[in-house]
Amino acid sequence: MTTEEKNEEINRTEDPVENNTEDKVEMKTEDPVDDNTEDKVKEKTEDPVGEKTEGMVEDYKSYVGKKYTAIFLGIAVTVAMFLVSISVGSVSIPIPDVISTIMGGPGGTSLIERVIWNIRIPQALTAIAAGAGLAVAGVAMQSVLRNPLASPFTLGLSNAAAFGAAVGILIFDAGMTGSNMVDAVVINNPYLTTGMAFILSMLTTVIILAITKIRGATPETMVLAGVAISSLFAAGLMAVQYFVDDTRLASIVFWQFGDVARASWSELGLITLVVVICALYVFYKRWDYNAVDAGEETAMGLGVNVERTRIMGMVAASLISAIVVSFLGIIGFVGLVCPHMMRRIVGDDHRFLIPATLICGSLLLLVADTVARTIIAPHILPVAVLTAFLGAPVFIYIIIKGRRI
Amino acid sequence: MTGDHTHDGVTHEHEHSHCDIVHNHPHSHEKGHEHHTDDGCHALLKADSVEFEYGAAKVLKDITVDVSRGEILAILGPNGVGKSTLLKCMNMILKPKGGTIFIGEMDLSKMSGRDIAKNVGYVAQRNESARMTIFDTVLLGRKPHLGWKVTDHDYELVYDALEKFGLSDMQLRYIDEISGGELQRVCVCRAIVQEPSVLLLDEPTSALDMSRQMEILKLIRHVVDRHNCATIMTMHDLNLALRFADKFVFMKGGKIHKICDRSGVTPELIEEVYGIAVDVISHNNMPIVVPKF
Repeated sequence: MTTEEKNEEINRTEDPVENNTEDKVEMKTEDPVDDNTEDKVKEKTEDPVGEKTEGMVEDYKSYVGKKYTAIFLGIAVTVAMFLVSISVGSVSIPIPDVISTIMGGPGGTSLIERVIWNIRIPQALTAIAAGAGLAVAGVAMQSVLRNPLASPFTLGLSNAAAFGAAVGILIFDAGMTGSNMVDAVVINNPYLTTGMAFILSMLTTVIILAITKIRGATPETMVLAGVAISSLFAAGLMAVQYFVDDTRLASIVFWQFGDVARASWSELGLITLVVVICALYVFYKRWDYNAVDAGEETAMGLGVNVERTRIMGMVAASLISAIVVSFLGIIGFVGLVCPHMMRRIVGDDHRFLIPATLICGSLLLLVADTVARTIIAPHILPVAVLTAFLGAPVFIYIIIKGRRI
Repeated sequence: MTGDHTHDGVTHEHEHSHCDIVHNHPHSHEKGHEHHTDDGCHALLKADSVEFEYGAAKVLKDITVDVSRGEILAILGPNGVGKSTLLKCMNMILKPKGGTIFIGEMDLSKMSGRDIAKNVGYVAQRNESARMTIFDTVLLGRKPHLGWKVTDHDYELVYDALEKFGLSDMQLRYIDEISGGELQRVCVCRAIVQEPSVLLLDEPTSALDMSRQMEILKLIRHVVDRHNCATIMTMHDLNLALRFADKFVFMKGGKIHKICDRSGVTPELIEEVYGIAVDVISHNNMPIVVPKF
């Protein structure tokens, strides 16, 4: 900017009250902003390179850099945890052996190679994919409903999906039931099961959106709606259980305990596919979520279609809930807790919050699963038991402390 | 996206507004002002017999008003008269039940939300805070222009706007930790980087102390003059409106009672609209409205 133009700018500022000498004086002596503007103009004119702006750029870059560092740190810890998770269990495998086995690729015939490639890696990857999915579903729901208590579990999506999947498995014979925990249910028609789960969780979504529309998405309304919806589908599940035979009853009870040990490679593939697509969609919408955070009318003023963003965000969350619940059972609290933990670390900006939450979900479920497998060895706990133990106190803490934990 | 025809129109409109917006750029500034004097009579945004109702309650009846470049229009009137509703109709946050809003030659109802946002900025009466920095909050104003990535141009605009608004020193503070006045300033700043040709402000001075009120209105006046855009704002404080706006719309019972300039504001008019007796006195050539004892 040249001096002339800057001077012009100053003149313009004073224009509206030009005839008013008193005002002019007041403006120069008392008004902080105009003083600022003028000072800065002077600064800039004397110093045409604009060092101030330069400093601002550096400051902001270092701020953004810190966020990325936090995210990459999360990724590094998750990778390390992945190796630890593979190494521990009923057969303990040293980490160097784990790495060399992974590097060697699948197809080895030794016991360790088979344990690693057929049991430990699918289980660890399932924890990563499901954790990421549930966390992303949670952050998307919290954003579009503008409600800190929203998550697939608290709003009853998980229960609805479980009921749908149970109906699919038990009534339409989409799965075979077994008698131990890991094989409680073998799903032989994943599309029917997931489809049923999805239909029911979508139905729940419609109910939630309708309530939101009528009563507004206040935390109170949402919690009450969640309680109502959860108990409705819990009742449905009970009814199904009441009418099936003993074996199926046992297996459906086992199946409800969320457990990442169930997924095989092909199921893992399907879960990953859905989670990746939904997570990419949610990340693509990060600016829309930031806009919605600033208030609905502000978001509309910024050209965001709030209604569509809300519906699509809920559909993505429902899809994730449906696929995870169908294959792994109900895993609560990951979707609720992870976004809150990450809000505390990286803030509410969805550019950083979404990837950070995704990694947090992966890491949390991976750690929880590793602990669940080893805490009362040789017995193995389903991971959902541990996440519930972890999640319930955090949930209460959020209620007491308000939005920012 | 709407049909082909509309799309073409929209693109054209966008280019058009972009040209106007280039006034941000120092080099085109002088030109902009010549343009302003030539073009002053052309309405930039025009509401043509706009109607609106909430359910059965008719809120706006046959509202026709326009604003030109370089003009600040104040919408005045008692509480609940439909000022905010009218403002929200002007960028389609609320869809008018009748009538049309034009920006230049374009019918707003035929434009996408994104294209409207490129032309019309809106600052709500109350603003939500979140754990976001001032910088990122202002950057959000680039939303209608953003693709997958934020470009250097976007960052430049934000840096410039922050400096102009005196926010550069606090750019990394979280907006849930700043005062209401500062948040108001941040939100106006966000609307500025949106590069709109019309700025809609819903009671920009509510909940601000006297010095903050002056500060924010001076900034708005500055932006309108410098960028040769237009501003429409709802106000309760008549004297602030008289001081900073060029044109005044008085609303009564959901209708326009009178549109006038500063000289048209008389004690009779105020009494008709607000129902209280006032004196309009002149202080340093500026009319001041004082309620009678």
